[in-house]
Amino acid sequence: MKKTLFDKVWDTHVVDTIQDGPQVLYIDKHLIHEVTSPQAFNELEERQIPVFRPQQILATADHNTPTLDQHLPVKDELSRKQLEQLSKNCNKNNITLYELGHKYNGIVHVMAPELGITQPGMTMVCGDSHTSTHGAFGTIAFGIGTSQVAQVFASQCLLLSKPKSLRVSVNGKLKNGVLPKDVILYIISKLGTNSGTGYFCEYAGDVFENMSMEGRMTVCNMSIEMGARGGMIAPDETTFEYVKDREFAPKNEEFNKKVAYWKTLPSDEGAAFDKEYFFDASDIEPMVTYGTNPGMGIKISETIPMNNDPSFLKSLQYMNFEAGKSLINTPINFVFIGSCTNSRIEDFRVAANYVKGKHKAKNVTAWLVPGSKQVETQIIEEGLKDIFNDAGFELRQPGCSACLAMNDDKIPQNEYCVSTSNRNFEGRQGQGSRTILSSPLVAAVTAIEGKIIDITKQLN
Amino acid sequence: MEKFNTHTDQAIPLNIANVDTDQIIPARFLKATDKKGFGDNVFRDWRFDKTGNSVSNFSLNNPLYSGSILIAGDNFGCGSSREHAAWALVGFGFKVIVSSFFADIFKGNALNNGLLPVQVSECFLTHLFTAIETDAKTQFEVNLETQSISIIGTDLSESFDIDPYKKTCMINGYDDIDYLLSKKEIIEAFELQKNY
Repeated sequence: MKKTLFDKVWDTHVVDTIQDGPQVLYIDKHLIHEVTSPQAFNELEERQIPVFRPQQILATADHNTPTLDQHLPVKDELSRKQLEQLSKNCNKNNITLYELGHKYNGIVHVMAPELGITQPGMTMVCGDSHTSTHGAFGTIAFGIGTSQVAQVFASQCLLLSKPKSLRVSVNGKLKNGVLPKDVILYIISKLGTNSGTGYFCEYAGDVFENMSMEGRMTVCNMSIEMGARGGMIAPDETTFEYVKDREFAPKNEEFNKKVAYWKTLPSDEGAAFDKEYFFDASDIEPMVTYGTNPGMGIKISETIPMNNDPSFLKSLQYMNFEAGKSLINTPINFVFIGSCTNSRIEDFRVAANYVKGKHKAKNVTAWLVPGSKQVETQIIEEGLKDIFNDAGFELRQPGCSACLAMNDDKIPQNEYCVSTSNRNFEGRQGQGSRTILSSPLVAAVTAIEGKIIDITKQLN
Repeated sequence: MEKFNTHTDQAIPLNIANVDTDQIIPARFLKATDKKGFGDNVFRDWRFDKTGNSVSNFSLNNPLYSGSILIAGDNFGCGSSREHAAWALVGFGFKVIVSSFFADIFKGNALNNGLLPVQVSECFLTHLFTAIETDAKTQFEVNLETQSISIIGTDLSESFDIDPYKKTCMINGYDDIDYLLSKKEIIEAFELQKNY
């Protein structure tokens, strides 16, 4: 039978099947962080169950960490305790932890791929919905709840029913200035926030084939924003080239053997999907969101659609926007370039390339938060830090930062923030804050202008 | 996990679509290292304004409504995988959440905490909201054994789907860890022969 990429990876990981019920799926890599793991460790301890495969778990601290003065003790007491708890738990259970300040520390979905931990054909989980990021490598990767974190601790397996399959194909040539973030925001704006629920999504077509691994990660990262537990892209030469020689990647003959296997993973010609969508690359433009879920997106040159649904109106009221109006010229005081969606070196290169020789608008606070220590080092080594400093942008230390209003980095009430993160939910970046999602290019342009402008005019 | 069989109670309406887990429990409350206390902060930023005053017209604050069943709009629980959302709802006292659609991860988290997600048709959801609107004291019965939800005092009822395995777990109060640990030998054998 013809199989999809997802089928191939899933089927090789099935340990057992319960009659009329879920399957026991083997998990190759389990990533953990400070926020969603402590209760799982407690549960195991209470039930006196040992961690089954500690060497297949990797921990980092990212959500609840400051992005300034990381060499000093964490000021917030609850945050400090949560970080200490992670250290204690990892220590006790022989789990590798890249804690704050470690040269490999970073956002879990940035550091694991850059260390070569994420590899094609694997199953990976983490107590974080953006685990879908790792699907960029042709990996089955998805977010889990804390009860499931405990299950993986206990057995290296999960009980799951196989999701249905969905394929989104985008073909053609992307316009100048249209970035991977715009592609995924466009897809979600067309399909809505729950179109993928119950499905695993494969992204196919030459737009994704021509994308860098960083770009593919941005796309797969936001799969959950259309409800899909995960998103995948078939591994190819771009993938193999990225993985090769990374710290934990297989080396030499072992690597060649793996590549031969990885080459068998792409979906078979004619494999059936439960649902398929097709889009034309030339229809995509730089995108912005105007509402309080990631599906509420428009091309930057478009106006907010009309809709009388009470939830839609509630959302516009929160954002203080009006249906039928454009976002162009909306004054913006905060710009955030970071998060597991857009905090990789390529994102900062795009921003720096635009910002070079310019200066941010007076009213703007522009935060740049690298996804990992390695990205931070690269920003400095490539001279991007100087460009950003000259432009008045603030380069901070790695972490989830202003993506989720959990640490010190928050956007004040009623303020708009043009943000490269993944969620524009009410209060996501701080109580009462208003998030406008965009690509790093639109974010950089906004910081320079102090308002949203129609960059398609500049680009064309 | 507590056993679940039949549950009859009044319900609180939350007729808003796409309620995300950031609304159910904002991230700033995720710093705890145990499962306790999240109920105090469920829907924190909808229940209280910035100065800490109760928002009187929000349904969870409205004295007209009470009960351990939450009837919510479409696509409930989207967004973050935080299980704290399920802990917060359970902590507040909810036993059942009814919606026309649930996000995947939330649904799993709810089931793993003895909180029953009941997915009904959009039409039946409208009936439920109308019933509460007409009489806030309306009782609803959720029967897991027969997989049905009914509006007491009317002939309105609907059946709902649930994974048979999960149903058994809920009825008996089992969780997945018990099952997975019973499969240890098969898992170890799988590890030895896996060929990817």
